[in-house]
Amino acid sequence: MENLISLFVSSVFVGNILLAYFLGMCSFLAVSKNLRTSVGLGIAVVFVLAITTPVNWLVYRFLLAPGALAWAGLPGIDLSYLKLILFIAVIAGMVQVVEMVIDRYSQALYNALGVFLPLITVNCAVLGASLFMVERDYTFAETVVYGVGSGVGWALAIVSMATIKMKLRYADVPQGLQGFGINMIITGLMAMAFMLFSGITL
Amino acid sequence: MNPVKALFDALRPHFQEKGRGVRLYPFYEAVESIFFAPREASAGLPHVRDHLDVKRFMTLVIVALLPHLAYGIYNTGYQCRLAAGLDLAWGPVVWQGLQLVLPIVLVTYAVGFFWEVLFAVVRKHEISEGLFVTCMLFPLTLPPTIPLWQVALGISFGIVIGKEVFGGTGRNFLNPALTGRAFLYFAYPAQLSGDAVWTALAGARTTFVDAFSAATPLSVAATAVPGVRVEQALGDAGFGVAELFFGLHPGSIGGESDFLALLGALFLITLGVASWRIVAGAVLGTLATGWVLNLAAGPEAGPFLTLNPFYHLIVGGAGFAFAYMCTDPVSATHMTQVKWVYGFLVGMLTVLIRVFNPAYPEGVGLAIIFMNLFNPLLDHLEVILRTRRRVPNV
Repeated sequence: MENLISLFVSSVFVGNILLAYFLGMCSFLAVSKNLRTSVGLGIAVVFVLAITTPVNWLVYRFLLAPGALAWAGLPGIDLSYLKLILFIAVIAGMVQVVEMVIDRYSQALYNALGVFLPLITVNCAVLGASLFMVERDYTFAETVVYGVGSGVGWALAIVSMATIKMKLRYADVPQGLQGFGINMIITGLMAMAFMLFSGITL
Repeated sequence: MNPVKALFDALRPHFQEKGRGVRLYPFYEAVESIFFAPREASAGLPHVRDHLDVKRFMTLVIVALLPHLAYGIYNTGYQCRLAAGLDLAWGPVVWQGLQLVLPIVLVTYAVGFFWEVLFAVVRKHEISEGLFVTCMLFPLTLPPTIPLWQVALGISFGIVIGKEVFGGTGRNFLNPALTGRAFLYFAYPAQLSGDAVWTALAGARTTFVDAFSAATPLSVAATAVPGVRVEQALGDAGFGVAELFFGLHPGSIGGESDFLALLGALFLITLGVASWRIVAGAVLGTLATGWVLNLAAGPEAGPFLTLNPFYHLIVGGAGFAFAYMCTDPVSATHMTQVKWVYGFLVGMLTVLIRVFNPAYPEGVGLAIIFMNLFNPLLDHLEVILRTRRRVPNV
């Protein structure tokens, strides 16, 4: 249990998937203009990461890993080179399923998330979490915690970015830096502040 | 007529519309506003009439920081001559300290002014007095052994990336002095890590040895062996409560005297410059976290966990940072009640980083920068809570 708590804290802060690994940057930069939509996207990412990372764990464990097909009587087969393509397919499929389920049972949440739900398919933080999960040999429980933690870290980063941009509406940014340039500078400064945690081993 | 006023009146036409020096008007305006109240009032409504304008506000912070500079000069000279085994009479100590500290301060001001004036002239905004505070805070957080080119680099990063790209004082979201300090910290950890360096040696120019390695209180606390109380280890190394409180020990130039920081905080709070909520929140956060760690520490836990929480306030630069950097009006929270939250979290993170992060002996500066990221969010949350609680007046 203690191990899971420290994994959660470290995936939110120490190894923040956005500010320490720079994954999921494109939607972070594009959507953080507005606080409401960035909160919506943040929640959606937490949701999708919490579902797809464990599903990918199951796929990897029972289909792809070396010797994983032993249950089908094929112990000598190693399909792990397929993981990239299959993970993306799983993510796309899961996002579709999640979208349909939400549409069926909670119209309000579906409307709130809007176009961001299908867009999460191409958010590299989601794929990145799955790949890290394989690389670090997490157990199933750790994978669930890691998926949720990465999502929460990503959501925290995009929400604070959106509020910082709100504060900077009164800023007087030089013309050449307006828009994308100043966003990159803000992201860099945020990443520097997040280095506060680098070096902690939990 | 006042001769100074006559001088400025005579010079002004040269810097206005048809004058030759019109491009240098921000520089002229800055010098004039040192002597007289600013001539220009804002064009739009509403007007707030208050004598506590930005100039006076920032000048008061400078006044509060001057004792730190003076004490820092004395302490640097003292540690330097103590390490070299020279006599510790008052005069030579101050002279030695001046030789070591003044170049750092002068480089900071020269480079800082260069960037500020450049941006003011090119972008046609006024030179803000916030620069003086940034350039005073920055050298006080540095070790006396730092190479001067690193000083110049750090203040350049702090002023340009931390402040000017957002349009100057009042528009940044991180504290510029701490931004420069953090940049140096990550770029040149060897000179700034703060675990063993930090005492300049007398006669350093002529010998091969540049610096004498003396442990700072934080490194003593972090490396205390299990079985020995940290208070005991600190006391054995010569850091009793009094030494730590008054700050006569190796460390950053101006950040070690918690006595002066306490006086400065009282001064600024009394005059309404600093927010007492932030300072109180930070102190509470430090004490509460230290206390919780004391409770949580098992018998096999590191000795740093069992440190008396009050020690966390007097070791290292915590007092200095809580008094002057946490309360920076631009990067701190603006709403009233979340100031408590902001201060508390800064104190909490400071203790957690000191105890749990082996990479950084001191965490207060980074903790403040980290919380600066979330201050707009905290402000926004308070706005939401307040508007929700409001009774519609229909």
